[in-house]
Amino acid sequence: MDANFLMLIYVFVLAIFVGFELITKVPPILHTPLMSGSNAISGITIIGALLSAGMKEYTISTTLGMIAVIFAMINVVGGFMVTDRMLKMFKKK
Amino acid sequence: MNTVIDITYLISSIFFIVGIKKLSSPKTARKGNLYAAIGMLLAIVVTLFAKQVLTYEWIIIGIIIGSAIGAIMAVRVKMTGMPQMVGMLNGFGGGASTLVALSEYYKISPHIPINTGVAIVLSLLIGGVTFTGSMIAFAKLQGWITGKVIKYPGQHPLNALLLLFILAAGTYVVINPASADLTLMITITSLILGILLVLPIGGADMPVAISLLNSYSGLAGATTGFVLGNSELIIAGSLVGASGIILTNIMCKGMNRSLMNVLLGGWESAGSSPAESTATDSIQGTVKSVDAEEAAMIFDVARSVIIVPGYGMAVAQAQHAIHELMIALEKRNIDVRFAIHPVAGRMPGHMNVLLAEANVPYDKLYALDDINNDFDNTDIALVVGANDVVNPAARHDKNSPIYGMPILNVDHAKTVIINKRSLNVGYAGIQNELFYGQNSLMYFGDAKDAITKLTHEIKNL
Repeated sequence: MDANFLMLIYVFVLAIFVGFELITKVPPILHTPLMSGSNAISGITIIGALLSAGMKEYTISTTLGMIAVIFAMINVVGGFMVTDRMLKMFKKK
Repeated sequence: MNTVIDITYLISSIFFIVGIKKLSSPKTARKGNLYAAIGMLLAIVVTLFAKQVLTYEWIIIGIIIGSAIGAIMAVRVKMTGMPQMVGMLNGFGGGASTLVALSEYYKISPHIPINTGVAIVLSLLIGGVTFTGSMIAFAKLQGWITGKVIKYPGQHPLNALLLLFILAAGTYVVINPASADLTLMITITSLILGILLVLPIGGADMPVAISLLNSYSGLAGATTGFVLGNSELIIAGSLVGASGIILTNIMCKGMNRSLMNVLLGGWESAGSSPAESTATDSIQGTVKSVDAEEAAMIFDVARSVIIVPGYGMAVAQAQHAIHELMIALEKRNIDVRFAIHPVAGRMPGHMNVLLAEANVPYDKLYALDDINNDFDNTDIALVVGANDVVNPAARHDKNSPIYGMPILNVDHAKTVIINKRSLNVGYAGIQNELFYGQNSLMYFGDAKDAITKLTHEIKNL
């Protein structure tokens, strides 16, 4: 196992702890926006999709990459927009 | 340039973390979502400058199509359709992870280091299960597939067999990366597994399923991060993975069931045999029912009301009618609050979103633990379209399949008015002794009609 990969595992483990700390503080009334918002964040796979879709030679990888771009963008744009729509509605008296 | 890109990824990750942190209060939540969106924009823009990105046609086409579909879905979806929407978005996230992993496989095969190989297989598995599983969840919530628990002989051994195949084939691919056919088989089997895993899950268990798929979509992103060696994917993916796991846990606790029990399907396996639980069929007592006018009279002398919404409210789209009722009651100086059970509805927080849509202020919405003791000094508990989550049998009937589940103690209120269309059993398939209680009054009718009529009568008092 090379040092670089070990570093990624470090990041993974620490990020999970950060996630647990952050999310436990979200109140139940915001659980739906939390889901849709975090969902949009999971669309970060778009980075990988862009790297695949933008390759120089056209291969099967490019095609898969482009479909991945579409999927990830639906997730990102749909997720953030719908979360905003919901959060806009939460008003105090 | 590479350093600039890496630093931008770090900044983007910070935006995600701060964004989620701000989601912890309704006051800052909208800003938090915006922060997360800015983080995403930064990540996308800077990736376009990466040295691997040389052509832009496919990227532009993909971004335009994807953004358009996402935007249209986000604008058009009704608040009652939000569980389906979230389910579907989960699926696209998982699907994207699978596609990226597959694309990466074809790009670098057959020279794939073991670490990357393992990450690719896991991405294909988790992403694939998330994709089809979410689409099935969507179809169930949309009513395209029955929301009932589906059981068939051999379903668990079959799923176990498929998973075993994926793991075995995955190990082989990690050792012999050139086997493209097998990699494709792993992908297809994962997609099938996703369908089979979610298909048996019943409607009222959807909050658990959706939360779990939410978690998977994050984990799929994280494993893709390992495939590409990209820390930001790992950070963002882990955050979402953690979020989904926490929600899953909250939902399971809300039903007093283990995750395995929910995934294996149905209340039947919840500890008691059907023969024993028939004890609850012979509930003592009679059902008293009231009409709108009689119900209004009871509100006439009340000082405090707690409204308990359930999935029935969502089905009847009664949230606006309930808001009207709240206003009418407050005009008469009656204190109105809402008690929300964690698993009410079809996804975490479902009731809160619907009531917020109907302009009910969020400081009137209370979680189970925050309000449950207050029923004792409340004049009226008004139950609208909720059933199992207010069944007192959960507290004392050891033979009941829902025994031990945390419930809202509506029966502790002076009077309980239950609006329902009929005396039919709820999701757990058992009679509700609440309906036969001394202080219980049934107010039959479609939630929207019934509440509107009630409001009308209260105004006329």
